[in-house]
Amino acid sequence: MNRASSQRIGWASVTPALLWTLVFFVVPFIAMAVMSLHPKAGEGLSLAAYTQFFTSPSYWLALVNSLEVTAIVTVISVLLAYPFAWILAFIVPERWQRLALMLAVLPFWTSYVVRSYSWLLVLAEKGVVNSALVNLGLLSEPVQLANTRAGTVIGFVHFFVMLLTLTIFANLKQLSPNYRKAAVDLGASGLQSFIHVILPLTLPGIMVGAFLTFVLAIGDYITPQILGGNNELLMPQLIMMQIGRRGDFASASALSLILMAVVTVAYLACARWLKIERA
Amino acid sequence: MTNRLTRRLFGASLAALALIGSHAAASAQDLNALVWCDHADPNLLKPFEDATGIKVNVKEFEGTGAGLAIVDQSQPGDWDVMVIDTVDVRRGVERGLFEPLPEDKLPMADIFPEVLMNQHAVIGGKRYGITEKFGYNTIGFNKSKVDEAGMQTLGVLTTGKYKGRVAIYDYYLPVMGLAAMAIGKKTSELTEADLPAIKDVLQKMKANAKAVTDVVASQTALATGEADILIGGGEWVTAGIAKENPNLDFSIPKEGAVLWSQSLAMFKDSKNKDAALKFIQYILSPEGQARLATSSCYWGMPANAKAALDDDQKKILRFDEQPGFLKRAQEYPAPSEDLDKKMQDLWTEMIQGQ
Repeated sequence: MNRASSQRIGWASVTPALLWTLVFFVVPFIAMAVMSLHPKAGEGLSLAAYTQFFTSPSYWLALVNSLEVTAIVTVISVLLAYPFAWILAFIVPERWQRLALMLAVLPFWTSYVVRSYSWLLVLAEKGVVNSALVNLGLLSEPVQLANTRAGTVIGFVHFFVMLLTLTIFANLKQLSPNYRKAAVDLGASGLQSFIHVILPLTLPGIMVGAFLTFVLAIGDYITPQILGGNNELLMPQLIMMQIGRRGDFASASALSLILMAVVTVAYLACARWLKIERA
Repeated sequence: MTNRLTRRLFGASLAALALIGSHAAASAQDLNALVWCDHADPNLLKPFEDATGIKVNVKEFEGTGAGLAIVDQSQPGDWDVMVIDTVDVRRGVERGLFEPLPEDKLPMADIFPEVLMNQHAVIGGKRYGITEKFGYNTIGFNKSKVDEAGMQTLGVLTTGKYKGRVAIYDYYLPVMGLAAMAIGKKTSELTEADLPAIKDVLQKMKANAKAVTDVVASQTALATGEADILIGGGEWVTAGIAKENPNLDFSIPKEGAVLWSQSLAMFKDSKNKDAALKFIQYILSPEGQARLATSSCYWGMPANAKAALDDDQKKILRFDEQPGFLKRAQEYPAPSEDLDKKMQDLWTEMIQGQ
């Protein structure tokens, strides 16, 4: 095959993906950027929508809240998912792994909205969690779990533990058992071989899952809206608020682009320090 | 112009999906309606479709801004009728969207005069919107859990007596209207100068509140006992679940309540104006009004005083008390664009605890 025909095949292969990205990412992105600079119909360009964000503490706080919630969710999800994936990969017998994985992702089969409302009922004052804790004598009276940041975090973690388990499990299964054996042969204890050999080798898988968790959580509207009780606003809620009654697409677009910039920074951080491209 | 073009670009796929989703077709016997959820009830639509042979394709939306955005992203003629807050009819007229309605073909004499809101629905001497349903943003509560007498005054907005048992309906205009009434302001005369005093009331409300809830969460909060009081609630949240929860009720405090009102409007570019008018006439008929008032999504008072409600339904909606309620009610705040923005920002500050 000559160089020219090889190039043609290459272009033919990537063209659908390029077109897809152009139509569903680049064009909407440009449209949003233009829209964000036109706060009022019929008037010229203005940075008012951006200025508003940087000068209004309640808008700023939405970004801070989003970052805090997302960081908490990502850390808890990783801490829960890693041992879960480990057990699935190395302790559950191979013939049961498929079933165990299916059970792990079973909650994915229900609607996201329905699942969030279900959590609202579970976490309510008279819900399963509070009733159980009170009946077991662990609490003297119900505590407020629904309509709090804790409710939002619980709803997110339930979802993202499943996602992270899958990515980490895939990474663990790719590891040759010889790495562990070699470390043990060289005198490392089980813990040492995990910390110095296994963990670094599975870090790319963890970071891929953590980054996906970060991106999906920071842009999610449903969970904080249903489980957070609107006791604080996160960025997606603030964005939706601009559209609901007033149809303020300039502010909504500006806030969306700011959120996208934050995600881009997170991606660059992950890509540079953790070599995400190797995963 | 650029802005308009980019909006069209941005929303083209959304509009296409909306139309596909609502089975919009070119048939003359199809009616495409942009509606609130109460109009999607088959119990409301089927009698009309059976009687006329006109298929009603509905697309639900929440909030005038979202509704007008869908229209913006559609082609002229895609939509035939729209449900809209009566105070927002003017916004549609200013965009050149609506067709004047023929008053002589509508049951004007049967509509409660207080809810016609001509100052919002009649522009340049022509009627562009006709009220179909109304109610109150007021105090909804569980009467087995609270002192009913205390619910008869807007002092309940700021009292700490029910701290942690209060939910606030998440819509800034009516709740800020209530807050304004609590400090003796008229909802129709609000200015920017009133905002600091309103903010003070909002902050006190928030300090006592467990959550700031949307429509579904408001109902859930009252129904599950998560909250005993809903500020901004009313018959629209309690009536639909009154049979299962007979202790849920609402009051119209002595200071009054905020009157909400939804209207039907016909699109100027509709290709099915005859069908659109038939639909509006059906919705305003006694039968259509009864079905709309008791829609599975949410209940509300029918605008037509002759609505064919049965005695139980009238009791739940407190139909016979309406003259007194309407006297005390004040109109929904209809701020200018700038004031609206400032009110929304104030609401954001309240939620963020600032």
